[in-house]
Amino acid sequence: MTEPVNATPTPIEALADKGPMAPPRSQLRDVWDQLRKHKGAMFGGGFLVFITLAVILGPYIWQVDAQKLDIRNKDLRPIWVALWDGTAKTAWNRPFGTDQLGRDQLAQIIQGGRTSMAVGWAAMILSLIIGTTVGVLAGFVRKADGLLMRLTDLFLSLPILPLLLVAVTLFRQPLREAFGPEGGMFVLIVGIIAITSWMPTARIVRGDILALKEREFILAARSIGTTPFRIVQRHLLPNVLSPIMVSATLGLATAIITESALSFLGVGFPSDFPTWGKMLADAVQRMQQFPERVYLPGIAISLTVLSVNYLGDGLRDALDPRIRGR
Amino acid sequence: MLTFAVRRLVLAVPTLLFISFVIFMLLQLAPGDPMAQVPLTVPAEVKELMRQALGVGEPPLVQYWKWLVQMFWIEPKVFIDWLTNYSTLLGWLPDTQLYQGELRVISWQTRSPVMDIVIQRLPQTLWVVGLSYVVGILIALPIGIYSAYRQYSIFDQSGTFITMIGFSIPPFFTGPLLIVIFSVQLGWFPSIYDTTLVVDSWAAFKLQLQQMILPVMVLALQTTAQISRYMRASMLDNLNQDYVRTARAKGLSEAVVVSVHVLRNSMIPVITVIALNVPSIFGGAIITENVFKVNGIGQLLITALFANDLPMVMTLTFIFAVLIVLFNLIADILYGLLDPRIRYD
Repeated sequence: MTEPVNATPTPIEALADKGPMAPPRSQLRDVWDQLRKHKGAMFGGGFLVFITLAVILGPYIWQVDAQKLDIRNKDLRPIWVALWDGTAKTAWNRPFGTDQLGRDQLAQIIQGGRTSMAVGWAAMILSLIIGTTVGVLAGFVRKADGLLMRLTDLFLSLPILPLLLVAVTLFRQPLREAFGPEGGMFVLIVGIIAITSWMPTARIVRGDILALKEREFILAARSIGTTPFRIVQRHLLPNVLSPIMVSATLGLATAIITESALSFLGVGFPSDFPTWGKMLADAVQRMQQFPERVYLPGIAISLTVLSVNYLGDGLRDALDPRIRGR
Repeated sequence: MLTFAVRRLVLAVPTLLFISFVIFMLLQLAPGDPMAQVPLTVPAEVKELMRQALGVGEPPLVQYWKWLVQMFWIEPKVFIDWLTNYSTLLGWLPDTQLYQGELRVISWQTRSPVMDIVIQRLPQTLWVVGLSYVVGILIALPIGIYSAYRQYSIFDQSGTFITMIGFSIPPFFTGPLLIVIFSVQLGWFPSIYDTTLVVDSWAAFKLQLQQMILPVMVLALQTTAQISRYMRASMLDNLNQDYVRTARAKGLSEAVVVSVHVLRNSMIPVITVIALNVPSIFGGAIITENVFKVNGIGQLLITALFANDLPMVMTLTFIFAVLIVLFNLIADILYGLLDPRIRYD
């Protein structure tokens, strides 16, 4: 084999590319590399995946019915209390103890986590859909801009928590009849959190769309006859993905906290349906004797929200091209 | 600036009207009946008459109009009368007799005017919420300033971690947590806020301080977390500016550079954030008041909701809306006043 002849002649020195030729990298890869350096974000993301898997797969591993009453074994302390208090009532098959009706706490935490996480994810996704739609419409359709932004301002000046309380107490009955006690409450809470939390996303998306709309690639797309819908779908939405992702993490955290707050105030899910906020609220009455019943769901909520917030922090840094690569 | 302020003030009126209309129409959908608690022995006709006396039978628009009139015409008259007749501040003015016994907004629970109850409850909320906000700001500002000045130091790292925790732990968890630690195990502070306490001696004052510490701590943790993050970010933006280098180059001491040059510029966005956060603090107080049994307006809202007391709920929700609109306005105006580069024209 002979050495192949170099087809392209060496370019004139002034025209040669300066600097090392790095292989092209996709933006997602850059973002991922930056995110990996953010310890908090990695930890937060890891914990979020862990807790999501735990509540999804948990009932198959820990096969104890969260609703089963076991009055003989009521008020068991968690197993670790036996370390310093030998007289405490504990049992190995109830590692997190039981409540005043003998329901297994570990199974309840898993079950409550399912509800809390489901509400959080569903409310976050719904509010992202509303916010992105409003933002894209306001940014892309000039006629709708004024009206939609006034609407956003109006929603921003609504008192959220009082209105949530009002709406939940008012619409509980009709929705319960329509979707059953748990389903109705789920629809109501998810819907209400979404309706009251889409505004920041809409504002950010609108701002970005307004800037992107004037760029050349949109002009190019339009000049080859792309329909407005396709322009939004193919060219605009992928470019506003990063601010949407950051507000998604914030949305997940607020949704989980709001759901727990509603349950805590006694307007959330029905009383036999465990959620983290509900468990915490029920345990407050007897927290002197059984502090762990307050700690466990409280720590679950706090750790989940903390990890989501850290993930959001890391994502914001990673998606910001000014910070990335430093 | 003045025209801007006036224009914003005028614009706030339709916003508030619209919000009150939305809340009112939402409450019209409520399934509850104010006559539900009346004994079954009362004949149906009498109940109907009682409903009409409460104004429930009228068409919704008429009811809304009457609420507007009561809220914006009759209640101010009552308030002015009270100011000139009884209050110590304006009591020297000649007594006015504006209020002629018209119907005021009546609570369905107590059958007494809603605003009277709100005025009774307001001081508790203002004391706890206001004090916690001030405490939170006083703690947050130095933390934010120092952690920006020593960016990535141990202080900054731990400060960021602690504010992140304060950001993430909801008040309905910190509340019980603090109660377990400080009032159950250590026994330092009472877990229930006693509003009947009259502060007339040093002992009572000490008791008042003790019972305020826990709710104030819970609310202040949230404030501190948010505001110190803003303060840090804002300081970091300014510390790399050219004028800071100039100030150092001409030999000013670090204290002057940081506290005069950088701090004053960094405070501009932070002050607007402080103003913007006031209404959400009131919202958060609903939960804290519930935990510590403070009988403020948040707790009033919850009890009114459970008792199906629609006029009370309407008025309280509207008060929260007024707070939000008002503080948005204040934030906008402050921003314009503090930053001469911003001009609204």
